[in-house]
Amino acid sequence: MRFDALVEVRLRPGIADPQGATIERALPALGFSGIAGVGVGKAIRFTVEAPDEAAARARVDELCHQFLTNPVIEDATVVLSGVTP
Amino acid sequence: MSARVGVVVFPGSNCEHDVVEAVVGLGGSAELVWHGDRSVRGFDGVVLPGGFAHGDYLRPGAIARFSPVMGAVASYAADGGPVVGICNGFQVLTEAGLLPGALQKNRGLTFLCQPVTLRVESLRSVLTADAVEGATLRIPINHFEGNYTCSIETLAQLRDEGRVVLRYVDNPNGSVDDIAGICNERGNVVGLMPHPERASDELLGSADGVMLVRSFLKSCGLFGAGAAGGAGQPGDVGQPGDVGQPGVGQPGDVGQPEPRPMPARRNTDALTPASRQA
Repeated sequence: MRFDALVEVRLRPGIADPQGATIERALPALGFSGIAGVGVGKAIRFTVEAPDEAAARARVDELCHQFLTNPVIEDATVVLSGVTP
Repeated sequence: MSARVGVVVFPGSNCEHDVVEAVVGLGGSAELVWHGDRSVRGFDGVVLPGGFAHGDYLRPGAIARFSPVMGAVASYAADGGPVVGICNGFQVLTEAGLLPGALQKNRGLTFLCQPVTLRVESLRSVLTADAVEGATLRIPINHFEGNYTCSIETLAQLRDEGRVVLRYVDNPNGSVDDIAGICNERGNVVGLMPHPERASDELLGSADGVMLVRSFLKSCGLFGAGAAGGAGQPGDVGQPGDVGQPGVGQPGDVGQPEPRPMPARRNTDALTPASRQA
């Protein structure tokens, strides 16, 4: 089966996020109030072929750990969807 | 005794000739090594120069660590061979797990290209074994992702073991503990963000980098001496780094690297499971 994968890479808690902080600081000047906790990450999309969803998830998790994230500073959230039999 | 230095060229490296110039200017010899080569056999030292290896895509160094030459560099380093990563080379070494921690975007989100003042903090590395502890050096930086970060435990370890090799006197980029350069436990692998090779002659505005480049060359066996200080004996590596047939790939041959098993991350610092969810 082929799965659509969406990997969201974001900075681990406690790691400074200068991009997020800069965006957040700019918001009041642009008239956006009430917005907090801005974080900037990356979204990576691809498809993965695997016998089932658990296997697909295991492969994507391994890919995230080895390549798509730097585990020293980044975490990943994986969303699998759009199963194509 | 001469010192033959291999300068690794990734697609997107751009400081390799500066390194060659600095090495040759001090009496060493230098050769460019294409990233597709699988061997660094026969070199007395290896430099990963600055630039934007593989376009810095994904993260600086993230793709470079899969270049065939990196397997050879890792074995060479494991055998005690002197390895220095400058700027992008430092980023590659952290991604490859040969040095701990990571380099983030600069605090303030500006690309920094300016001379900075560094202080030599430890002599237990191949880059500083022959330097003067406490010396202040005027050397340029040229980076966007030079903000060194690591776990609290790693930082404590780096400090306790004298592995913070260079510090910024006036921190330009937000690096934790003003760190500009660190080394591994043996002291034979060093990474630093500043560019000593660009401060190798008064004509360039400063010759302060000479102290570091000279120390590196001495660790490589130039001037008839092995490594000094606590840097071990990186000269006695015999034929390190040969992990396959040499000479695969030619300069200009960017070609597809053949599929190969993904090298495991050696860097287990802060490897708590990611918060993954469906």
